[in-house]
Amino acid sequence: MTILVDYKAGNLTSVSLALSKVGVPHSISDDPDVVRKADRVVFPGVGAAGSAMENLRSKGMDQALVDVVRRGVPVLGICIGCQILLERSEEDGGVDCLGILPGQVKRFDFSLLPSPRPKVPHMGWNPVRFVRPHPLFQGIAQDSHFYFVHSFYPAPDQAMNILGTTEYGGQEFASILDGGNVVATQFHTEKSGETGLRLLSNFGTWKP
Amino acid sequence: MLAKRVIVCLDVRNGKVTKGVKFEGNLDLGDPVEMGAEYYRQGVDELVFYDITASAENRAIDIEMVRGVAKHVFIPFSVGGGIRNLQDMRDVLLAGAEKVSLNSLAVRTPSIISDGARAFGNQCIVLGMDALKVSPCEQTPSGYEIVVKGGRERTGIDAVAWARRVEELGAGEICLNSIDADGTKAGYELEITRKIAQAVSIPVIASGGAGTPQHMAEVLMPDVGADAALVASLTHIDGYTVGQLKQAIAKTGLPVRI
Repeated sequence: MTILVDYKAGNLTSVSLALSKVGVPHSISDDPDVVRKADRVVFPGVGAAGSAMENLRSKGMDQALVDVVRRGVPVLGICIGCQILLERSEEDGGVDCLGILPGQVKRFDFSLLPSPRPKVPHMGWNPVRFVRPHPLFQGIAQDSHFYFVHSFYPAPDQAMNILGTTEYGGQEFASILDGGNVVATQFHTEKSGETGLRLLSNFGTWKP
Repeated sequence: MLAKRVIVCLDVRNGKVTKGVKFEGNLDLGDPVEMGAEYYRQGVDELVFYDITASAENRAIDIEMVRGVAKHVFIPFSVGGGIRNLQDMRDVLLAGAEKVSLNSLAVRTPSIISDGARAFGNQCIVLGMDALKVSPCEQTPSGYEIVVKGGRERTGIDAVAWARRVEELGAGEICLNSIDADGTKAGYELEITRKIAQAVSIPVIASGGAGTPQHMAEVLMPDVGADAALVASLTHIDGYTVGQLKQAIAKTGLPVRI
């Protein structure tokens, strides 16, 4: 069974509706033991890394996520669920994250650019360049638009952990992370129209 | 490159999408969920639903409508018009909306912006503001004043100062409606849009006055600086599809999602 992790993330409903739309049966759970035993996990998220980590820790869900990723089952992280796979975020004065992948989460800083500067948050539809083919991209064109809303971006240490990139304000950042059985999107795939739904549907049948 | 957004706004009255048309009063245009789903199929980037009678009737937004939209529309949409407190915001977001739109409430109680941003994230808070052109004076040096209640009540607040303030308080985005341009179909109010886009570092949605797709391109150009253009009658009444609007904008060289 696919488990959608409930840790009070604001987009839980949207992700659940999108999974239902593409026919991925799932149940929503806030129980770390249920997540640990899942066959497939979707890990949503929106908002700030600090409160997300706090909510996860208060239930022991942080360790359950580390455990389920280790078991090798397919895991999909979305937005904050992507960022907190890394070791540490600059948000909220510095937050220790799950450390499943080596790297940091950094704030967009355009203060050195001439005016008019790119807006922060990075909000709207931006193309994603797939670095290499992947089963999750089946049926999705290179440079398709996905919906982003974030002020911080994932900066993994190793190039092998980057599966997709996006350009914003003249800067290229990792918009899809690849950790083998765990893939995570900085964009909101549940709010990215038919393209986003296709990615979710591909995830539903993916065997890493 | 980040695409300029085309946003369609649906005003909802008694469960129906409505549009005020000069000399004809309010026209019922259809079911909000069906209309939202149709614009989604046409490739709209975002939708806005305003429950325009909720505030006057002092009731919460129709949550069933929000749930219905969320089942059919897999792009961001915001909901506004009847947000009274944090609980209303939570209900709307949990029903599947991406953002809530605050306007008069934020003018009366600015702390709702920071409270909402802290609870749900800045990205959830769209600050709607209605600006009226006035003679520049000490109180309103930008020459634009914030008005509420659909333009019937002036507040004495300078529009540019208010934009800066709401950004500080944690708004993630500003939806700027020009009371002067609204309904004229003569184009967006470029001057105030430029002033506000330059004053803040959060995205700005231009609203009010679109009569042609070219008007949308005009306000999205870098020299004005809107990040998104909001329309209603262009699609509801004049019969443009979202695709046609985007094609016209793309012809000017602006990046859009087609």
